[in-house]
Amino acid sequence: MNTLWLSRVQFGLTISFHYLFPPLSIGLGVMMVTMEAMYLKTRNKVYESMARFWTKIFALTFGLGVATGIVMEFEFGTNWANYSRFVGDVFGAPLASEGIFAFFLESGFLAILLFGWDRVGPKTHFFSTIMVAFGSIFSALWINVANSWMQTPAGFHLVLHNGVLRAQITNFWQVVFNPSTMDRLVHVLLGALLSGAFLVLSVGAYYVLKRRHEDFGRRCVKMALILAVVGAVAQLVSGDFNAKMVGKYQPAKLAAFEGHFPADAPAGMSPFGWVDSKTQTVYGPRIPGMLSWLMYYNTKAPVIGLDHFPPALRPPVNPVFQSYHAMVAIGMALILISLLGIFYWWRGTLFQKRWLLWIFVVSVVGPELANELGWFSAEVGRQPWIVYGIMKTSQAVSPDVAAGEVLASIIMFGIMYVLLGSLFIFLMNRKIQQGPEEAAAVQPPIPPHVVEGHGRLNA
Amino acid sequence: MHHELNVVWFVLLGILFAGYAILDGFDFGVGMLHLLVKDDAERRLLLNSIGPVWDGNEVWLVTGGGAMFAAFPNVYASLFSGFYPVFMLLLLALIFRGVSIEFRSREPMRWWRNLWDTNFFIGSILAALLLGAFAGNMAYGVALNSHGNYIGGFWALLNPYALLVGITTVALFMMHGSIYLVMKTEGDLHDRLRGWVNNSIIFFIICYATTTMATLLYDRHLTSEIRKHPVFFIVAILNMLAIANIPREIFHKRDFRAFLSSCFSIVALLSLLAIGLFPNIVYARNNPANSLTIYNASSSPYTLKIMCIIALIGMPIVLAYTTYVYWLFRGKVRMDGHSY
Repeated sequence: MNTLWLSRVQFGLTISFHYLFPPLSIGLGVMMVTMEAMYLKTRNKVYESMARFWTKIFALTFGLGVATGIVMEFEFGTNWANYSRFVGDVFGAPLASEGIFAFFLESGFLAILLFGWDRVGPKTHFFSTIMVAFGSIFSALWINVANSWMQTPAGFHLVLHNGVLRAQITNFWQVVFNPSTMDRLVHVLLGALLSGAFLVLSVGAYYVLKRRHEDFGRRCVKMALILAVVGAVAQLVSGDFNAKMVGKYQPAKLAAFEGHFPADAPAGMSPFGWVDSKTQTVYGPRIPGMLSWLMYYNTKAPVIGLDHFPPALRPPVNPVFQSYHAMVAIGMALILISLLGIFYWWRGTLFQKRWLLWIFVVSVVGPELANELGWFSAEVGRQPWIVYGIMKTSQAVSPDVAAGEVLASIIMFGIMYVLLGSLFIFLMNRKIQQGPEEAAAVQPPIPPHVVEGHGRLNA
Repeated sequence: MHHELNVVWFVLLGILFAGYAILDGFDFGVGMLHLLVKDDAERRLLLNSIGPVWDGNEVWLVTGGGAMFAAFPNVYASLFSGFYPVFMLLLLALIFRGVSIEFRSREPMRWWRNLWDTNFFIGSILAALLLGAFAGNMAYGVALNSHGNYIGGFWALLNPYALLVGITTVALFMMHGSIYLVMKTEGDLHDRLRGWVNNSIIFFIICYATTTMATLLYDRHLTSEIRKHPVFFIVAILNMLAIANIPREIFHKRDFRAFLSSCFSIVALLSLLAIGLFPNIVYARNNPANSLTIYNASSSPYTLKIMCIIALIGMPIVLAYTTYVYWLFRGKVRMDGHSY
């Protein structure tokens, strides 16, 4: 394989791994704000123990998010130097803004969140939690601006710079609010909310099932269920907005989502299936006119199909189709189980439905998987373009990096990420098994003279 | 008009990287000294001296990288792709260092803690060495073609001058970190650290003198700017005074002032590099005409202006709450149930 393909593999690998963590942090941030607000309002100690417990989990997800996130910022330059030269004028500003407005905010106030319980009052601590949550949301905002600009570029013009064509900003606000920014931001944030909510739901349900920390577990389940059901239903609406937006601005991607080939004909939809690009057939059940109706509320309305584009400008259809459909299926399942949870809660029998609680326990993988699949659909669906309609991925790679170097770094990241992933699961599981009450006593006891600050250390 | 903005961003980038060097510099220094203390409680004190702040300190690097991308995209592209192996190893070091801090005290087993302690130590030295070697290559100049792509190959990145600057950086951060620890500790550990400060100052001064000689001998492009504008020689003199002031303040037990002197000398060293390079950012040693300058490698005036506005809105707020966090965790390290 050459530098281009290896760089694609490396970017795919490193972003997929990275993207496991920030949505959890964003979602948990919202949960932590809710828990601490409940504590301040009710002064019920169980909410305080919830906030403290989830803050510890948050620290873990945040730490891995930061560690794997620095990689992403470096990789634009290391592997995609020509891309960086081409878009730097536009793309750099959101990345720098992410540092200034999001990362500093998160890491600064996280110090107070983690280490400041005994140093600041509850209100200052609560304020810090809000700031950390805001920081994580701002981070999603700016990286979405950057990525959405690659999907639907706006507010720029192409200029010759040192004899090389590049994109330059003409209108900053058009870059920030390019046609897909808001729809995609909402979708990403809701996905993140679901990640956090289902993690809390999962752990809470586990405690209830194991009859450990039951009050804690029940409150986690209830609080998470409310956010889960709101998020899951809103995500359906947001998904509809996004599909319409994609159909308008990236018709080749929408056509790939549903395996729609005819250049200009009414389009159907499949709940599932298999696309054979050679014969232009989707094997599986198909509802005729459904995509046309969803797009234009008219089953006869024509939808631009893949044949509208020369083969070289089409994304790989079946992978995009599969990941998109899997994402939608998971989204539907999340709506179903969260509605069931609300229903039994209303009936007052939620905590007797052990089968449903077990589903909650495993449901934590749902939003994580859907986030990954959604990203995969969006990015692979954009191919062969790196900046839609402007620059191809094949033109973007670093000209001065050898394939061997990239191969070596892929192996390095591969080993490192397997290790980090295993450690994350191990430590997460340990923390969950230790449970909330014991959470503060995990550390070995500290000799009193150290606490008091007299340096007589028993060396 | 827009030429002024190019200069402004050259200076702002310098400030961001100086901020990074000062802040993460003492984190690295603490990591380098970590294995020199044997007792678990003492190691935890060391870790927790940087516990609440190391993460925020690293954001200076991330923001510096983002700002370089935004203000000088051609520099960002050429450096990161040209120094590919250096940056990959730096990522390895930074990631392992970060998770070592995070993971170390989560399990009580001795082997577990020793493992992460060792990782923390190696990661800290390696990161400082690589950042220093990077700065060394920037000072020495690299081979660029007319498109600004690096053509020097892997081994040229490991030239003796770059390695010398790398080792000097290790010494600098070791000194910086040991002074920081003297500020943050008490009692017996404090007294031992005080001894290490003196050793690390000697180590740094030897490296610094050697680097200065090598620079005068081999990097005539760096010194020419100072020959042209002798007023900048003041920076070199101030730097010497600041370094000389460190052992003096340590002797008089004015630890915070010793730390400020150490910060000042980091700023002065980076200023000398920036003055020497200006208006180049990446000096093409093979053909100076291929150099990436603050003019030919920059973003458009409009983007530079927007970035100025973003920095003007954002950075005062950042500085305000960063100061608050440092103030909140001021004084000697105190351990509690939330410590690492």
